[in-house]
Amino acid sequence: METKKPANRRETEDRRPEGLTSPVEGFNDRARRAVRDEELHDSVELFTNKSVAGRNAVLNALPEAPELRERAYRIKQETMANLDRHLGQMADAVEGRGGNVFFAETGEDVVRYIGDLARRRGAKVITKSKSMATEEIELNRRLEEDYADLDLEIVETDLGEWIAQLAGDTPSHIVGPILHMNRRRITEVLSETAGERLPPDVEALGSFARRRLREKFLAADIGITGANFGVAQTGTIATVTNEGNGRLVTSVPPVHVVVMGIEKLVPRFEDLSVFVRLLARSGTGQKLTVYTNFVTGPRAPGELDGAEEFHLILMDNGRSELLGTPFEEALYCIRCGACLNVCPVYRQTGGHAYGSTYSGPIGAVITPLLKGGKEAKDLPHASSLCGACWEACPVGIPLHDLLLKLRNKQVQEGITGRAQGLAFKGFENTMKNPALYRISGKAGRLAQRPLAKAGAPKTLPGPLGAWTNSRDLPKLAPKPFSQLWKEGI
Amino acid sequence: MRVALFVPCYVDLVNPEVGVSVVRVLRKLGVEVVYPQGQTCCGQPAFNSGFFDEARSVGRHFMDVFEGEEWDHVVCPSGSCATMVSHYYPFIYENLPDERDRAEELAPRVREFSDFLVNVLGVTDFGAKLEGRAVFHTGCHQRRELGVLEEPQELLKNVENLELLDWRNEELCCGFGGTFSVKMPDVSVAMADEKIKALVESGADTLISCDSSCLMHLKGRLARKGRDTRVLHLAQVLDGNGG
Repeated sequence: METKKPANRRETEDRRPEGLTSPVEGFNDRARRAVRDEELHDSVELFTNKSVAGRNAVLNALPEAPELRERAYRIKQETMANLDRHLGQMADAVEGRGGNVFFAETGEDVVRYIGDLARRRGAKVITKSKSMATEEIELNRRLEEDYADLDLEIVETDLGEWIAQLAGDTPSHIVGPILHMNRRRITEVLSETAGERLPPDVEALGSFARRRLREKFLAADIGITGANFGVAQTGTIATVTNEGNGRLVTSVPPVHVVVMGIEKLVPRFEDLSVFVRLLARSGTGQKLTVYTNFVTGPRAPGELDGAEEFHLILMDNGRSELLGTPFEEALYCIRCGACLNVCPVYRQTGGHAYGSTYSGPIGAVITPLLKGGKEAKDLPHASSLCGACWEACPVGIPLHDLLLKLRNKQVQEGITGRAQGLAFKGFENTMKNPALYRISGKAGRLAQRPLAKAGAPKTLPGPLGAWTNSRDLPKLAPKPFSQLWKEGI
Repeated sequence: MRVALFVPCYVDLVNPEVGVSVVRVLRKLGVEVVYPQGQTCCGQPAFNSGFFDEARSVGRHFMDVFEGEEWDHVVCPSGSCATMVSHYYPFIYENLPDERDRAEELAPRVREFSDFLVNVLGVTDFGAKLEGRAVFHTGCHQRRELGVLEEPQELLKNVENLELLDWRNEELCCGFGGTFSVKMPDVSVAMADEKIKALVESGADTLISCDSSCLMHLKGRLARKGRDTRVLHLAQVLDGNGG
């Protein structure tokens, strides 16, 4: 569909009409639309196939990969067991270097801190890079709304994120934010921004983006980044990037703010050697990304670059509630996106169907945990439990087991609904009682007689309708195995 | 060698011929087969839907039926149901020491059919014959939790006149996933279509698996698309019950 509406508004071609603030319920409806969207399907397939192939190749060439995975899991386990201490150590190290540290319990706290900072600094332009955490709390929109009088211009500088921002869209993949867009759509978005028709080739589009973003880098008053890792021992923030924009965001503006989820900590600098090797390989199939940056505090006397002011915001936003629970392992995630690429559900639906910043298997796990189970009640069911995600996870998070535990949590909390509760009570009673099980089989065979006469049933009521709409439902055999056995095999 | 046969509920009710083939194959190999009459289901549908209490209750019944010294192993023609018992029973009884001990004792004795043939009996060439060009679909639980990946392929490679083909993205789930196929029908069907596309590209005329549940789902979709691909459980192939 061609659209001439101005960019920066959600009514442009947005594959997620509900927007960010609506409940994340409704996966099924969004998924239904997504599986019929051939353009989306082609784009997702292209990206995920390439990523999976790259990942397999580089991991197969790394003989110690299984051992690294084990170590990564242990390090995260150890980090979470002593998170308070490590956070304290991190804060001390950053402050010792002249940086500021702020513990933000909620997203609102982050917005307020940055808004007040922008006011104090008289900021006009904020550049951003590498931050899922600020997507999670919708920092851009909230700063624009809550601090409207400052008239801030907030610019995403990762190319994909920027294009998403221009299109009024949201990222649909942890590593490839706009993998749902094809070249035609990207050309359209950038042409709209340029105010002229740009040719649809990488060179021309890249050169336009570079020109436009350079103006922003130079004008920026504050640079905001996320953190791939925070090293508690030294107070170092590590970011792994491919575009170079991250360095322009951390070192050109006079103020650098890091918004980091508290789970991103690793205790020691040497732990990075485990995670950095796994992250790029798992995410993009690279041995290392193009840039691996370490920032430790503001510019020190005698140093040539770095920000005058350095702020580390350690964001909780629901994370600490998972510590010590059966869901703690969800905090081990390093946001590489490998589970999305291998997930057969994600591969069919793309990321927007999940209705939250984090999509795919990890999104189906952490969204209900961070947002509340009721609001995201569809997501734990958006999986066939095939386990491909767990197999691909470089930290060994048993994602499909966590999905099962989330389903169980819904049952315990009564979110599941009465009908299912009754159905499975009936299932239990039948399966505990062999006589009842045999009678049920017999009843089923009798009931299907009139239905089966016309061949495979095409429409059936209730849950069976989901089968018969698109698949032939199998018939019960005239005699069950138990009877054949009695009659003699 | 004496084994107890565990015929999962949908095999019992929908595909009893698979159970019959299992019995024939095992007997040909000199195994004595017993069929404990009280058996019903492993409880997986309730477990996968989050109804752990109900699954535990069905699991207790399962253990009552299949524990015992009268047989050396419990053999099951389904990677998924074998996984439920051998992998997920210890998981659901984690905090119940009595049941957990029972589950852990039973777990290693429960063997998926091809795993039993290759790893317990040491059979890789059963001497079966079947004309056709086939692709093999490994059920996800069999692949990942049980790690029984090579065994069925080894058995199939030795089937005379059967050409076993490679196919694209063979490790992808077929989209069945138990109640997933009912709760998320559109995604489930899209996943099945992805497998079917790869199957058609491979040029196969036969689809084989160790899980009748995956086969039921794919067969239903193949039929709806008007395809006459032959769909067989491994036991049927070995038994020569290949239609």
